[in-house]
Amino acid sequence: MGIRRRDFLKGAGLAAATLSLPRLARGTDTASIYDLERFGNARILHITDTHAQLNPVYFREPSVNIGIGEMAGRPPHLVGRAFLERFGIRPDSADAYAFTCFEFEKSAGRFGKLGGFAHLKTLVDRLRADVGEKRSMLVDGGDLWQGTGLANLMQGRDMVEVANLLGIEAMTGHWEFTYGEQALRDNLERFKGEFLAQNVFLTEEAAFNDALAFDKATGRVFKPSVIKELGGHRVAIVGQAFPYVPIAHPKRFTPDWSFGIREEELQKHVDALRGTDKIDAVILLSHNGMDVDLKLASRVTGIDVILGGHTHDAVPQPIAVKNAAGTTLVTNAGSNGKFLAVLDLALDKGKVSDVHYHLLPVYSELLKPDPAMAELIGRLRAPYVSDWSEKIATPDRLLYRRGNFSGPMDELICTALRTELDVEIALSPGFRWGVTALSGQALTMEDVLAETAITYPETYVQDMTGAQIKDVLEDVCDNLFNADPYYQQGGDMVRAGGLSYTCTPDAAIGSRISELKLGNGKALSASHRYKVAGWASVNGQQGAPVWDVVGKYLRSGRMLQERLGSGVTLKGVEGNPGIAGLG
Amino acid sequence: MTTTTGTHPTRRLILQGAASVALLGLGNLPFGAVPARAAANDKYPEEAFKQKSEADAIKALYGKTAEPSDKVKLDAPEIAENGGVVPISVTTTLDKVTSIAFFVAENPFALAASYKIPDGTIPAVANRLKMAKTTKLTAIVEADGKLYSATKEVKVTVGGCGG
Repeated sequence: MGIRRRDFLKGAGLAAATLSLPRLARGTDTASIYDLERFGNARILHITDTHAQLNPVYFREPSVNIGIGEMAGRPPHLVGRAFLERFGIRPDSADAYAFTCFEFEKSAGRFGKLGGFAHLKTLVDRLRADVGEKRSMLVDGGDLWQGTGLANLMQGRDMVEVANLLGIEAMTGHWEFTYGEQALRDNLERFKGEFLAQNVFLTEEAAFNDALAFDKATGRVFKPSVIKELGGHRVAIVGQAFPYVPIAHPKRFTPDWSFGIREEELQKHVDALRGTDKIDAVILLSHNGMDVDLKLASRVTGIDVILGGHTHDAVPQPIAVKNAAGTTLVTNAGSNGKFLAVLDLALDKGKVSDVHYHLLPVYSELLKPDPAMAELIGRLRAPYVSDWSEKIATPDRLLYRRGNFSGPMDELICTALRTELDVEIALSPGFRWGVTALSGQALTMEDVLAETAITYPETYVQDMTGAQIKDVLEDVCDNLFNADPYYQQGGDMVRAGGLSYTCTPDAAIGSRISELKLGNGKALSASHRYKVAGWASVNGQQGAPVWDVVGKYLRSGRMLQERLGSGVTLKGVEGNPGIAGLG
Repeated sequence: MTTTTGTHPTRRLILQGAASVALLGLGNLPFGAVPARAAANDKYPEEAFKQKSEADAIKALYGKTAEPSDKVKLDAPEIAENGGVVPISVTTTLDKVTSIAFFVAENPFALAASYKIPDGTIPAVANRLKMAKTTKLTAIVEADGKLYSATKEVKVTVGGCGG
């Protein structure tokens, strides 16, 4: 610990300065990286996409995060060195480790794990105490209730207890919806904060059948916003849930609800907040994803800051976007509990006159865990932890998931599917959650669940023609690389095992995927039928849960002998700073 | 919203023309210039519904082309939650609206629906359309004898794999 602390402090002065907007440099007295200069009269703390990771984690940021068209080379589509240069972060610093994939394995040993709710609680309490009573609030951007075996088993109830102790006052949702309406409503009964979503409406059928809604007149299922008095000013937090829940997930979880970006409804609501409610600031708590938020900020007026999530982009500084009525700042606060965003606002009558923004890495080595939260986490985990703690395999390589096309963790899952279900080709979803395991780290069932725990984990085996396989790849690829962010759903490319292909991200749908080949090098035939296995299908499936399939494979000791590449060759994106070597 | 009271002279002329069409039609006589133009509004546009491409359907329905207008507000999802039932609607601030039609470019037959808008009616139409695949959606508003359009791409996806 002593050595590590020294490592942290070495880079602290410079790193801290780069965390705020350039024009708003911090004071020189940096006794600790968490001592923030007092600024403004209201502080909003923001976490997002923690994916229920109660304890500190390793999480490698992506080495491939390509931006296409207007987004090429712009944050968040920068990785590795390009990212460090853009934000002025020293390559050997703790921040380089927290924000990028740069020398990840080396730095993981030096700086340790990030996040953990007991550590987060200590930091949140400290930053709230720093500004005093009635001057701060804590908000969560969603994907709080999903991502671990525990959260899946408890349908997010564990995270509601944690959220209440942490003091989350408002949240919106994404994976929260995949527990279905009843579980969601049960959890919200217990949640002490507000669940906000301006963009979830009853379907016409549900409205006709008099289904439950926050506002029958508009059909809004949830409260769209909350107004909070901070530092003597009125701040509105508007919730924006993930717009594509019934498309990205099985529709059966949310049969009565319709989502979407709902720009027009949002504009009306913001106008009403400014006009009728005379608020001083409007904050959008968004689960749109950063590219969508950047576009939205250019079209919807009257929003001061968008606190963003979904795409798991840890962006150290807000991006300023001009629109017809002014400027909106857009942020994205990373994932897995690694970061706590601090938005300090200088509020005047009816406007925000200035802001300071810090995206603070939650270095678990530098923060003392809060005893009450540590106790709660221990109590929640106790009934299950022994069942899941058996060491079932010790891989000889770094296993991570995040990246546009593939990662060794998903290669492992695909190999498990191919081996256990005896198929030629395996497909695995391109989720962005799922933590990183270091080389030589023993894996437990809890680790396997942290990559797979969803409410539709059933595996399938089906016959698909080569043409059908290509269509699926094209469809998912368009969700990632459509030139218009409003047509992107977020998430990464579906992972393919036993199949290699070439991808041209900036081509149109139908022509991005080419040169499909089987593992043996033979070209995929459009008309031939192949046995394909997968999981996380939006259609109902009957196979064993994927965690059992992966667990069985790991227990068998048949760990992959040879190192498989990602099997994806990229075309037309040479020199794109969203690529730091194919991972 | 536009509200029209009373009968506008032009409107009355077109309505008169419509009556002529019906009579002439019964007698199997050739259409005159005025009735032919009114046909888009008042007779079941059988030929237009048979056209495969959007351009042919627009031509068959109106015999002319539309100009894009920000006075036509087309509301449709960016990505359809269910391609089988896509809720869409159109409203307009244009005056003297006589018809509103929807075209789905990639459907087997492009013209999905055409509505006559009687005088004095608020020009707002909602519809549910079936779309087999990602497509351009066009709404055309006929107002004061001219055509105005709005378009939007609606994506139909197999879904799944969200982050």
